[in-house]
Amino acid sequence: MYSAKVLEHLENPRNSGEMADATARGEASNPVCGDLLYLYLKVTDGKIIAAGFQVQGCPPSIAAGSVLTELITDLTLEEARRLKPQDITRALETLPRNKEHCSVLAIDALRAALDQIQGAVV
Amino acid sequence: MYACGLGLVSDCNHCDYRNLIQQIDLKSNEGKVMTAKRIYLDNSATTRLDDEVLEAMLPYFTDSYGNASSTHQWGQRARQAVEDARRQVALLINAQPPEITFLSGGTEADNLAIKGIAEEHREKGRHLITSQIEHPAVLTTCAHLEKEGWRVTYLPVSRQGLVQVEDVRAAIDDQTVLITIMHVNNEIGTIQPIKEISAVVKERRQAGQKHLYLHTDAVQSAGHLPIDVNDLGVDLLTLTAHKIHGPKGIGVLYVRRNVRLTSQMHGGHHERDRRAGTESVPLIVGAGKAAELARIQLSERAAHARALRDYLEEELFKLIPQISRNGDQERRAPQISNLNFDHAEGEGLQISLDLKGVAVSTGSACSSGSQEPSHVLMAIGLPRDTGYGSLRFSFSKDNTKEEVDYVLETLPAIVAKLRRLSPRAKLMHGTS
Repeated sequence: MYSAKVLEHLENPRNSGEMADATARGEASNPVCGDLLYLYLKVTDGKIIAAGFQVQGCPPSIAAGSVLTELITDLTLEEARRLKPQDITRALETLPRNKEHCSVLAIDALRAALDQIQGAVV
Repeated sequence: MYACGLGLVSDCNHCDYRNLIQQIDLKSNEGKVMTAKRIYLDNSATTRLDDEVLEAMLPYFTDSYGNASSTHQWGQRARQAVEDARRQVALLINAQPPEITFLSGGTEADNLAIKGIAEEHREKGRHLITSQIEHPAVLTTCAHLEKEGWRVTYLPVSRQGLVQVEDVRAAIDDQTVLITIMHVNNEIGTIQPIKEISAVVKERRQAGQKHLYLHTDAVQSAGHLPIDVNDLGVDLLTLTAHKIHGPKGIGVLYVRRNVRLTSQMHGGHHERDRRAGTESVPLIVGAGKAAELARIQLSERAAHARALRDYLEEELFKLIPQISRNGDQERRAPQISNLNFDHAEGEGLQISLDLKGVAVSTGSACSSGSQEPSHVLMAIGLPRDTGYGSLRFSFSKDNTKEEVDYVLETLPAIVAKLRRLSPRAKLMHGTS
């Protein structure tokens, strides 16, 4: 049902837990299923030097948060802002159609964190 | 005392047998390769076919392949097997053999009971009563009849997951032809007050409402709880073989003598004109054998499942904080446990356990994409968010204490991992 990559992130989530010295924390929630995801960024000179996440949600939400922290580490803020939900889905090999919104949840949290740093882009 | 692994159940040889098999497995591997764990605690979904049942079925695929409607000796051998099986099923619920109809499964039995009664008695009234926690086989059949013009009352249940007899009484009007309430709920295991409801039905009949019938879906109780259709006072009862170590694809509808219903399958005169179609002799034989074994071993199996279930719950409550049970603690079937884990989402729990080789079911009152929300957990008033996850553990005669011990070793770490991930757990408790 889920890809080996999703299951592997469920078993070993990367960079999980609260980040005390984060530059910003972005939050996103899915009002339908109640999933809640926090994304933490530590930024130096316009570059993400560390990322962390917390999530209460289903396995794909956990995997999406986990893989996102890997994708964005060492990216510039501009590069991070260009990431799309499809990039997460691809990094997880695949997600069931009805779980694609889990990638959207993670990207929403990322954009909320970036907005805090850069100011909201309207 | 003949240990059941727990040492709690006398005359229980299942544990001994399973332990023996495991020892043989280990010996054949000479300790070099550990067999991957495969622990099946989802017996309310389906059960393993009993070896004895399989053995009883096999000749009817090949040697005795006759059509039970044929008058030659091939046919008569098949007929004999079908009628022997019918007697065995009847014995399990204290019915008479002609009251037993074989069909394709629990879903078809529910369809035949509900549509068959509604259509047969449509001139007497077009109102049905059911509950909000029924199996989809009942709920969607009722919803279908609603579209066809019947009125349906979906009774709520208490926080403990029980239908209130007074609610049933209040819902009956002079148009009511059928009350269909499940015996044991498939998700939380609660035992509904069918006998008390049948007393209300009897009162209405004595007051002149002759065409009021009572059906129960006993798919999760037949073979687990003693059932006597006369004592329960039901007119129709559904059961299925694959929940009691019989084959899939064969179910039973008990129809009390003199209760008329409209057949839902048109064809030949099979099953006393209640269900057309050539009898599946091997499956019927399997259902009969499964029913016979379930009847003979009923109290032993129930005590075994109860001992394992109670051991699991007792130990988990010690090992994991912030968990709770769903469903009434007294009025529940011995083989089912449904637990809530705060701040751990259900599918994450279920899949993490599966990765460790343990099969259970999950549910919640919220919809999480691939998962439909559980209408049962919604009906007992659980919150509609992912603030908790629910797991159903369901036991059979084949499970052992060692298997439960393995769950006790693995599950606390899984729950702790998911809670560490959760921002809500942090918000609630200050520290993670």
